Amino acid sequence: MAPPAQSQRSPSPSQPSGKGEVSDLKIQLRQLAGSRAPGTDDTKRDLFKKVISYMTIGIDVSSVFSEMVMCSATSDIVLKKMCYLYVGNYAKHNPDLALLTINFLQRDCKDEDPMIRGLALRSLCSLGVANLVEYLVGPLNSGLKDGNSYVRMVAAVGVLKLYHISVSTCLDADFPDLLKQLMLKDKDAQVVANCLTSLQEIWSLEASKSEEAARDRESLLSKPIVYYFLNRIKEFNEWAQCIVLELVSKYVPTDSEEIFDIMNLLEDRLHHANGAVVLATIKVFLHMTLSMADVHQQVYERIKAPLLTLVSSGSSEQSYAVLSHLHLLVMRAPFIFSSDYKHFYCQYNEPFYVKKLKLEMLTSVANESNTYEIVTELCEYVANVDIPMARESIRAVGKIALQQYDVNAIVDRLLQFLEMEKEHVTAETLVLVKDLLRKYPQWSHDCIAVVGNISSKNVQEPRAKAALIWMLGEYAQDMQDSPYILESLIENWEEEHSAEVRLHLLTAVIKCFFRRPPETQKALGAALAAGLADFHQDVHDRALFYYRLLTYDISVAEKIVNPPKQAVSVFADTQSSEMKDRIFDEFNSLSVVYQKPSYMFTDKEHRGPFAFSEELGNLSIDTEPADNDAVSAPRIEANDKELLLSTSEKEEILGYGTNGSAYNAPSYNSATTTGGSQGHLDLVSLDQPSTAFTNASSAMDELFGLGMPAVPGSVLLLNAKATIESNAFQQKWRQLPVSLSQDISIDPRGVAAMTNPKALAQHMQNYSMHCVASGGQAPNFKFFLFAQKAEEPSAYLVECVINSSSCKVQLKIKADDQSTSQAFSDLFQAALSKFGLS
Amino acid sequence: MISQFFVLSQRGDNIVFRDYRSDVQKGSAEIFFRKVKFWKEDGKEEAPPVFNLDGVNYFHVKVVGLLFVATTRINLSPSLALELLQRIARVIKDYLGVLNEESLRKNFVLVYELLDEVIDFGYVQTTSTEVLKSYIFNEPIVVDAARLPPLGPASLFMQGTKRMPGTAVTKSVVANEPGGRKREEIFVDIIEKISVTFSSSGYVLTSEIDGTIQMKSYLTGNPEIKLALNDDLYVGRGGVPNYGGYSGSSGSGAVILDDCNFHESVHMDNFEVDKTLSLVPPDGEFPVMNYRITQEFKPPFTVNTLIEEAGSLKAEVILKIRAEFPSNITANTVLVEMPLPACTTRVNFDLERGVVGQNADFKESQKRLEWSVKKMVGGSEHTLRAKLNFSQELHGNITKEAGPVSMTFTIPMYNPSRLEVKYLQIAKKSKTSNPYRWVRYVTQANSYVARM
Repeated sequence: MAPPAQSQRSPSPSQPSGKGEVSDLKIQLRQLAGSRAPGTDDTKRDLFKKVISYMTIGIDVSSVFSEMVMCSATSDIVLKKMCYLYVGNYAKHNPDLALLTINFLQRDCKDEDPMIRGLALRSLCSLGVANLVEYLVGPLNSGLKDGNSYVRMVAAVGVLKLYHISVSTCLDADFPDLLKQLMLKDKDAQVVANCLTSLQEIWSLEASKSEEAARDRESLLSKPIVYYFLNRIKEFNEWAQCIVLELVSKYVPTDSEEIFDIMNLLEDRLHHANGAVVLATIKVFLHMTLSMADVHQQVYERIKAPLLTLVSSGSSEQSYAVLSHLHLLVMRAPFIFSSDYKHFYCQYNEPFYVKKLKLEMLTSVANESNTYEIVTELCEYVANVDIPMARESIRAVGKIALQQYDVNAIVDRLLQFLEMEKEHVTAETLVLVKDLLRKYPQWSHDCIAVVGNISSKNVQEPRAKAALIWMLGEYAQDMQDSPYILESLIENWEEEHSAEVRLHLLTAVIKCFFRRPPETQKALGAALAAGLADFHQDVHDRALFYYRLLTYDISVAEKIVNPPKQAVSVFADTQSSEMKDRIFDEFNSLSVVYQKPSYMFTDKEHRGPFAFSEELGNLSIDTEPADNDAVSAPRIEANDKELLLSTSEKEEILGYGTNGSAYNAPSYNSATTTGGSQGHLDLVSLDQPSTAFTNASSAMDELFGLGMPAVPGSVLLLNAKATIESNAFQQKWRQLPVSLSQDISIDPRGVAAMTNPKALAQHMQNYSMHCVASGGQAPNFKFFLFAQKAEEPSAYLVECVINSSSCKVQLKIKADDQSTSQAFSDLFQAALSKFGLS
Repeated sequence: MISQFFVLSQRGDNIVFRDYRSDVQKGSAEIFFRKVKFWKEDGKEEAPPVFNLDGVNYFHVKVVGLLFVATTRINLSPSLALELLQRIARVIKDYLGVLNEESLRKNFVLVYELLDEVIDFGYVQTTSTEVLKSYIFNEPIVVDAARLPPLGPASLFMQGTKRMPGTAVTKSVVANEPGGRKREEIFVDIIEKISVTFSSSGYVLTSEIDGTIQMKSYLTGNPEIKLALNDDLYVGRGGVPNYGGYSGSSGSGAVILDDCNFHESVHMDNFEVDKTLSLVPPDGEFPVMNYRITQEFKPPFTVNTLIEEAGSLKAEVILKIRAEFPSNITANTVLVEMPLPACTTRVNFDLERGVVGQNADFKESQKRLEWSVKKMVGGSEHTLRAKLNFSQELHGNITKEAGPVSMTFTIPMYNPSRLEVKYLQIAKKSKTSNPYRWVRYVTQANSYVARM
């Protein structure tokens, strides 16, 4: 509770119990309203403070509204400010009362003191009452032209406030145009900055409705405007610099000379003490040099030192934000940071969230030359009394072991952990030893010798227990006591709460059985009996499966349970490279801290001024039809899963030496069949080479009603499941040059029938060309499409403008691999020509 | 774009709450506090400074036990938000002199006034105390600083040393002195936080100095200031001239910064040549320059630890610390901490005879030994013996169950980097004015650890 400010009149200020006090205040205020006696202002100040203090702690003081307004006739600016604060708080929910304030606010907007003009204008715009907007236009207009920069600064933001109250009032008064003029000529940098932020927000929101606004927004990224801002950058304060730099990072320079000019100009921004400025500068550098591998690497070298300085100069919160970005860079280019590993050593008093990032960086920079030292350091953390830290450190050692070729010394260290006899250390280490053995079976002798000494009674954590049991089964022939340990574990079946452990126990005991049958037979019987009686479905089913397998044919069972195993060469990376690229595109944002692209944690309408439906004009976004928020969350999830799925498929496809491009993603099918067919196709694609599938496809097509197109005899195969977020599309569209621009004519029979853009989008989908956005009305339609090569993530971006009456089509193609853009164009035209005819 | 800003007390009370965009629910402060409070119970440690909950992003920094929080729905730059929160705290402190719960509550009208100018409709306008001065009209109500722990590293100077005016760091930039006239003075503090890790055999594994030159100006009329640093100061490892191997071998020569950054008011046109920074200091406290040094330096303390089993349920610990700096310098509030084996039940301490200002304690809940030494003169050495009793027999190596030893301390008028302000020149306006200049040095332990 905020006690009200000191006041001689108030004996018990700390008990603002409510009504009595408020009505007291009301009376006192009313008495003062007309008074011109000396000292009145001081008394008013005390009363106003009291009112505001009640307001802060949540007591409703709206009942004194009219008295407050009456008292506001004063020249005392402190009083005025308190009054504005009060009015701003209550006006929105009491529009009738707000009307009372219009008069004095409008009058104050013409005050001779610029401070009062500015403050009054700010309050006026903050009332947020829709039916009072007509009173805003006049003061805003004169505010934008005011001789004083403070007033213009307030007015520039005021326009944005007006826009949010009433879009039409704001646009009808041509305020965006005024802002633009002001932005390009005002002497005061903060006025310019406010114009820019207001325009960015207004045009971004308008861009989805009007093509003109989309063009306007695009114009902010034009060379003259970007250069205008760059030339003035030193005039802006540090926060406005961040906004300008963010704008510049979206700009696409035409040649490398331009890039170097911009970078040289911004070079000294890297020495700014404000981390936000430095990161925004780094974003510009990184994005501009993306296509210049050498320079890009130099940028990494260049930004290292400033980033490290920021990490160690601020509070732990600030270092965390910077460190997250450093983490991202280290993950992208570990070799550049491999000699800086000592900077990633943890300090004992750092918060866990910082230490965790550092551990991940240590694991990723570990290479042949520094592994010994890094692992030695990590071993110190393992002995740490801080248990979560010890666990993370063991995992880090394990990860290094899994990524190194020379693991000799690391395995020794891991085994020493087991000798420490700390429960959490043992548990964590066992899990790792298991993974290690899957990759390096040659170490089994050394590991098993140590693991064999661990009493299963000292291992309680399910994950660790499961790992131990796995080893007991897998290495039954090397571990003397294996059958007996398993037997005793099975005896305690009932006490084992974790289904995971029971599942592993079943598998381990049957593996052990095939290696040492006489010793294990009894245990196996007991395990199967217990498993069959288990209430957990999976455990029960597995037991039943083993049972039937054994009764069917022992030798088949052995082949299934104990097949010759191949060492795992690479454990799956949890995040796809596309996801990582998206996060990189969103450098200097929360995406980096959360390690997720923004679409996974923000609603569509909050993705920032330049983040959505850029340059797509008034086109609707196909992949995300305008539905409400409730639907968008699960959609995002689904989208993400698909992303993950498609990458895992990529790996599978590589493994089988085939490609999976010859089938269609059935995403435009009716909702009922989509789910089923999806699963079906996946199975097929895994099992059969694509040629076989193509042959079989017509049957499948009929089944799912897909209409499989025959791709003309071209070598270029496209990924049917390629997806791209509209953000990423825009980003790419801006980055890539146009590699092919063509005007073609198409068969009028197909196009003439087109009434809405959806139909064509759907058609192109069948040819693995995915519509990102489309729009327009007959006869003019505009599409943005995306396609990707089947074998590699090389993308094609297409802008396609169709005039359905003249049957002319303008094509603009941008491609990662420009050498194939003609081939792609042929493919595209072939697909387009079939529209409406099939 | 910031949606809301609020300050919460340690108990989660709303002290200040400002909503800029009305697109985040009003109850966000409560939601936030509950999340932070129960973060630990979700099996993790401290809540990270940034997290997302139901589409709302929460940023927070802790300043003197208060939580400064911002919310937004957009994908904002986390650095920007966290930097801003820290800066808001600093601006408020500049105005109130002292930043704490009481001063905030007493001055909330002024704080709201500040917040309205710092952020407009979610966009940052300015955080410069200097610029804000012309927009702010409330007078701060000054709270009694003496009994309150003030903010920031400069608070170190409050402790003891008589040469320094104690009021400096808690003086508001706007409030007038009780006497009426403002005192013309300027403070330049060189604050170095050092991190050292000693191996079990006592040699230095890693060491780093994170330094700041902090300035707080109470000068009227914004005169230009020149700050001259060591002649032999170099930035970047490659920047040291090598006169036939001379500078490398001598060891005592140049001060080499790995890297540094500067406040925006600093002009470095002549920095390369004469190592002089010139600036027109804005009002309020700000860092002129941050720097980082990994060049080797002599650690101010050496730590020796011996732990030995003495019988089946007993062990003995001997801790020895030695101050390795000149005897005209005194370290304050030295604290040595050491985690003990988890089965430790009782500890008997044996402090040196006849010493004052020392205290040793066993924190049973954390199983930690704490030994504090109030003052420690350069060149002196202190020893602590402790006898540990265990509830059960230790298996394995006792050194793996205890430690590492960590130290915290403050050493005024000492900085291991040898970076110095050679002179502080204020462009004079009249002959009569001769502002007070205070250049102060202090070293603080950041992470000072001796492994066992």
